[in-house]
Amino acid sequence: MKVTRRQFFKISAGGLGSSSIAMLGFSPGEAQAEVRTFKLARSTETRNTCPYCSVSCGLIMHSLGDRAKNAESAIFHIEGDPDHPVNRGTLCPKGAGLVDFIHSENRLKYPEYRAPGSREWKRISWDEAFTRVARLMKDDRDKNFIAKNAAGVTVNRWVTTGFLAASASSNESGYITHKAIRSLGALAFDNQARV
Amino acid sequence: MTNHWVDIKNANVIVVMGGNAAEAHPCGFKWVTEAKAHNHATLLVVDPRFTRSASVADYYAPIRTGTDIAFLGGVINYLLSHDKIQHEYVKAYTNATFIVNEGYKFDEGLFSGYDEPGRKYDKSTWSYEIGADGFAAVDETMQHPRCVLQLLKQHYSRYTPEAVSNICGTPKDAFLKVCETIATTSAPNRALTFMYALGWTQHSVGSQMIRTAAMVQLLLGNMGVAGGGMNALRGHSNIQGLTDLGLLSDLLPGYLTLPRENETDYQAYVDKRTQKPVRPGQMSYWQNYPKFHVSLMKSWYGDTATRDNNWCFDWLPKLDKVYDVLQVFELMFHGKLNGYVCQGFNPLAAFPNRAKLSKAMSQLKYLVVIDPLATETSCFWENHGEFNDVDPATIQTEVIRLPSTCFAEENGSLTNSGRWLQWHYKGAEPPGEAKPDVDIIAGIFLKLRELYKKEGGAFPDALMNLTWNYRIPHAPSPEELAMEYNGKALADLTDPKDPTKVVLKKGQQLDGFAQLKDDGTTSSGCWIYSGAWTEKGNMMARRDNSDPSGLGNTLNWAFAWPANRRVLYNRASCDPSGKPWDPKRTLVYWDGAKWTGPDVPDFKADSPPSEGMNPFIMQAEGVGRLFALDKMAEGPFPEHYEPFETPIDTNPLHPKVISNPAARVFKGDLEAFGKGKEYPYAGTTYRLTEHFHFWTKHTKLSSIMQPEQFVEIGEELAKEKGIKAGDRIKVWSHRGFIKAVAVVTKRIRPLTVNGQTVHHVGIPFHWGFKGVAKSGYLANTLTPFVGDANTQTPEFKSFLVNIEKV
Ligand code: SF4
Repeated sequence: MKVTRRQFFKISAGGLGSSSIAMLGFSPGEAQAEVRTFKLARSTETRNTCPYCSVSCGLIMHSLGDRAKNAESAIFHIEGDPDHPVNRGTLCPKGAGLVDFIHSENRLKYPEYRAPGSREWKRISWDEAFTRVARLMKDDRDKNFIAKNAAGVTVNRWVTTGFLAASASSNESGYITHKAIRSLGALAFDNQARV
Repeated sequence: MTNHWVDIKNANVIVVMGGNAAEAHPCGFKWVTEAKAHNHATLLVVDPRFTRSASVADYYAPIRTGTDIAFLGGVINYLLSHDKIQHEYVKAYTNATFIVNEGYKFDEGLFSGYDEPGRKYDKSTWSYEIGADGFAAVDETMQHPRCVLQLLKQHYSRYTPEAVSNICGTPKDAFLKVCETIATTSAPNRALTFMYALGWTQHSVGSQMIRTAAMVQLLLGNMGVAGGGMNALRGHSNIQGLTDLGLLSDLLPGYLTLPRENETDYQAYVDKRTQKPVRPGQMSYWQNYPKFHVSLMKSWYGDTATRDNNWCFDWLPKLDKVYDVLQVFELMFHGKLNGYVCQGFNPLAAFPNRAKLSKAMSQLKYLVVIDPLATETSCFWENHGEFNDVDPATIQTEVIRLPSTCFAEENGSLTNSGRWLQWHYKGAEPPGEAKPDVDIIAGIFLKLRELYKKEGGAFPDALMNLTWNYRIPHAPSPEELAMEYNGKALADLTDPKDPTKVVLKKGQQLDGFAQLKDDGTTSSGCWIYSGAWTEKGNMMARRDNSDPSGLGNTLNWAFAWPANRRVLYNRASCDPSGKPWDPKRTLVYWDGAKWTGPDVPDFKADSPPSEGMNPFIMQAEGVGRLFALDKMAEGPFPEHYEPFETPIDTNPLHPKVISNPAARVFKGDLEAFGKGKEYPYAGTTYRLTEHFHFWTKHTKLSSIMQPEQFVEIGEELAKEKGIKAGDRIKVWSHRGFIKAVAVVTKRIRPLTVNGQTVHHVGIPFHWGFKGVAKSGYLANTLTPFVGDANTQTPEFKSFLVNIEKV
């Protein structure tokens, strides 16, 4: 019987004890992977790609919890995806530390506000945040929008508020960001591709 | 990349130059190792530092930072003077045979048409001579004194091995050794790949460095073949995607371009971009521009976009100039920008001349930061002692910081540098109240709409009519968005050959961009991504890694744009008769009735070789351009210009024109450039294996591996300056200083340039005043505020510094 490492995990996770695995005729080499199996057996695997560099290594994220609606998942381990044609299971030191990015103590958790001249952040609600951002943008846009240039031709541009998009965000985020921001007439609009 | 990561294994010669893949793209570099081990490939590394890429190279040649055009121009001269070009390829597939306008000149460092006060060119003479038949004139014998090949020979004849060595500091024998190895790939059965990254883009002549290498590849016949190509390794995981989606000042999705303010007539706008062939029988694929453009406008404005209103053309903003990031910070610095919104971007650390950036941001009325992490930018107003010495009380900027999810907490796709769109899945909930970027943009946008509905205001039409038919309007799903950019049929689509046959029913997902129409019956938010989510489902999520040809083109793994094609220009891998130049690397071929093969042909599938259509179908000529016409800011042939801060204070080729004459320099920044006398050392910035920009200093593992800021200098310079390994040193430029630990290394050697000794100072840039690593100085304190003349990418790789022991 030939099994890949991943199938092996599945079989073991399916509730076979170590002795019954041995009885299926696994060679001792394969059975040794079992120690690791136990650690990952209870995990849920999710496919992802490394968000750092443009090699975009395939990842397997292991989380606790079974995706049940009332259970919170927490990712506790990330490894390279051995099926991925580019990285074939490997990760560089950055990718190997990804779980620390997810759980970094510097992750932002709530919308925050810093008033002019203030020395501190104040927690605010999402509704307050959206309302304030929209207010500031609208006031600036209404005041400075250029419908026609000096020559009297229609140019419909707004260049007194600038935007930067993120080249580590997904294509779907990028697409909707472009669509929404350009509809405001924005031209001062770039992403990391420029640098 | 024209090719992709796995394809590197097919190369015979690999040149790593303008990049350091072993350290910056470690898991992609394994394909170099694979090529060396299983394809007997030779690895050449050309870099100012003996990097880890160099440590596994077959041959390493040092070079002074910023002089790659001189080096590669020397390679072109070598190939031409030693007759090491692939003749048939050059003749058939490049514009070597084309005759150039009589008015074209190059003299003393300047091309014809220079406007000195404007620092720009009138490019009208950088054009082809047009024949009586209305097409570009060619000379098949390539003897005409004004044919591109002859002009090319003439232009690079100045780039002798001696001149190269004098400018670059590369020993002559090392340079010649590199030339000889590169030249072996002019044989049709040998391929060379160039692997480069920010080491080429971040110069005031960055685009032309890349062009010079691309010209080398055309001369060698290495474009379009397995194991060949121009391979931009790129930076961020989705830098390719965001570029493809056009999130840049002057672009629209899929490399469509925004109109300028003198282009307010819709028909003139599309006509200019609907490139007609300039040689008989050529495809000139941009002839389809109206289809791509109309389909985009249908995606954005739905039923509101009609032929009668020119598909809402008036609603697109018209450019008076390009608002690239340097231009925007220049405006901000002068108090002409009121607001700034940064999504997953840390400009205080990422753009040049930090003092200027900090002053500029302090003038903003409001700043909005959307990020998973507490970045320096969001905290630019906080005092962090010597690392951010500002007084919050004097900074009147209102700052709003919005927490976003990270990769692990959302579904979606990223496009890697090999153009593969790969889908990923959410594995956990975000911390606290963090939201996906999509929901944050939706939240702001819907609130704006609400306000405009209530209060009215400036030109609300475009934003009020933008299509927003998402199931949950404040949280559009990534799946809906992917289906939208792929595009769909807005009416039943019939087979062009048989109008009675319905190919797609109204509402169905398109199979690809070949189905796009310019009559409003199709929509697609990004034409080159069409094919990513068809009626068959999410093609980006495919996971079959089988590779039947053995060349690494896993066509059923994810989706590659365009049209799932893995190697661009692959028609050029065959000779004009349609037979592969090298049967061992067959990507496509003509089977007598159609183009077929293990890759998706980059060609009109039913055009027989006898029709004479050429492989570079995106170009109006059908061939690769050795002569760039008017496409580049500083000239149709790349010329060596010194960095704006040069340690030799001259240009040995033409002392009167030292640096890029077409680069934009703002007043005040010119004065902030340093001179070699005060700042004798060539500074250059770079990344380490253990860190990603200013991001991983927030993660424990990376911060444990590389906890503290350091600067690398060579042993000779250290000795001269009385610096020992581990000493703290101060590094300063004309714009500011940083302090860091000195790493004294054999990996950086002094070079002899134009009769003087030049030392490099290596400055890894990962530290700042936020994060779990030890605080450090933002390295952009040192760098100059000037960019490439075409892209405005800042010159981070070549500037001047001085150093001393603290
Ligand atoms: S694991 Fe390393 S090489 Fe792979 S994508 Fe991430 S940063 Fe790049």
